[in-house]
Amino acid sequence: MIEVKGLVKTYGAKRAVDGITFSVKRGDILGFLGPNGAGKSTTMKMITGFLRPDAGTATVDGVNVVDDPVAVKQKLGYLPESAPAYPEMTVEEFLGFIAEVRGFRATDAKQAQVDRAIKLTHLGPVRHQTIETLSKGFKQRVGFAQALLHDPAVLVLDEPTDGLDPNQKNEVRTLIKNMAVEKAVILSTHILEEVDAICNRVIIISQGRVVADETPAQLRARKPGARIDEIFRTLTHGDI
Amino acid sequence: MRQICPIFKREFLGYFRSPVAYVFLIVFLFASVGLAFFAGGFFKGGVATLESYFVFHPWLFLFLVPAAGMRLWSEEKRAGTVELLFTLPITTLEAVLGKFAAAWAFLSIAILLSFPMALTLGYLGAPDWGVIISGYAGSILMAAGYLGVCSLMSALTKNQVISFVLSVFVCVLLVLLGTSMFSGFLTGFLGLPVGVSDLIANFSFLTHFDAFTKGIIDPKDLIFFVSLTALTLFLNVVALER
Repeated sequence: MIEVKGLVKTYGAKRAVDGITFSVKRGDILGFLGPNGAGKSTTMKMITGFLRPDAGTATVDGVNVVDDPVAVKQKLGYLPESAPAYPEMTVEEFLGFIAEVRGFRATDAKQAQVDRAIKLTHLGPVRHQTIETLSKGFKQRVGFAQALLHDPAVLVLDEPTDGLDPNQKNEVRTLIKNMAVEKAVILSTHILEEVDAICNRVIIISQGRVVADETPAQLRARKPGARIDEIFRTLTHGDI
Repeated sequence: MRQICPIFKREFLGYFRSPVAYVFLIVFLFASVGLAFFAGGFFKGGVATLESYFVFHPWLFLFLVPAAGMRLWSEEKRAGTVELLFTLPITTLEAVLGKFAAAWAFLSIAILLSFPMALTLGYLGAPDWGVIISGYAGSILMAAGYLGVCSLMSALTKNQVISFVLSVFVCVLLVLLGTSMFSGFLTGFLGLPVGVSDLIANFSFLTHFDAFTKGIIDPKDLIFFVSLTALTLFLNVVALER
């Protein structure tokens, strides 16, 4: 579903992403790991068509992001880091807007999508509240609801559990796991146990490069008996 | 182009979801109508015309249009929602047009809300309705020109203050080019030929707005405002895609 080949992005003199290559199949939940500033978000922004890569290609379901960004954006659900949303809108208004842009123009089709997203993310109690009055956990869920609204085949989630309490984290993980059967999911995180809990593949990036691309079991087998964060530290020591 | 519609709707209703719309509309009405009465001698003139209302618009827009337009892109950039917007299936052009149209519709409402003045004229005298309509048309068209500039400036920065100051600066330039003081400076002080100073004055809002207030809709004035708006919106798209 997602093919990334040799992506490069440079900010000034700093090469944030330096030739990243990987692919994600349907049914995969890919954990995107790396220290802060390793290039996780930048890579995701290039896959979703928000940033234009300096070199390399990213294709989603066979469509190159640079050639036809709108087609790719239709297939994708994207949760940007820290889940930005329009603060003055209520949850329902905001999701209604997303539904309209996603092509659900008829009142009942729009309402059905909004209701479904609200139900999936348990936003019912706050649906008439403006987003600026919500707690961080709810805001994160609004971002999640927005990404899921059109039931996309590909989900790109930038730190989906960031700022949630342990119960909410658990709930989001269950949600991702249940949905992933017929989707391709990329999620970035720096919580190592999360990878163990839901991902069936791990990519670790360090200084803009892929340093590991395997299953969580293979990752653990690199150093039998060691804790996963020790392995992570060995792989990414260049970032320190 | 179908995607313009939801963008327009969200942006337009966005003004009314915050106090911005109400504060803006009230201040705009007080300022525009107040100027017509106290500085323009709307009643004292004893003539059934809105010229004393429209004549202040180029000066009033100098501050009020940047106030309405400064948030267009700056706010999206600062709040990070620009990332959300541009990962939705819309093109940059659709987003620019949708937002511009929303702000323009909002400004048009502010301008048209002075309609009781026109009704008063109709009640007290026999105004030339054609002149009044061309005045409103000119004013709304000029607002598009100002707004194009403001939208462009707003796309250049995530800081609303910078966006406001830059917009005011560019708009002041575009107004002052047409004043007699400026053309006097060009011909007298710099010794440029009158043809050149006339040419420069042609880039001013004042020069092109004047005819509208007198009831003349000249194609060259229309073309000026339309092409200025189109140019700024094109640059706006370029600035966002950069």
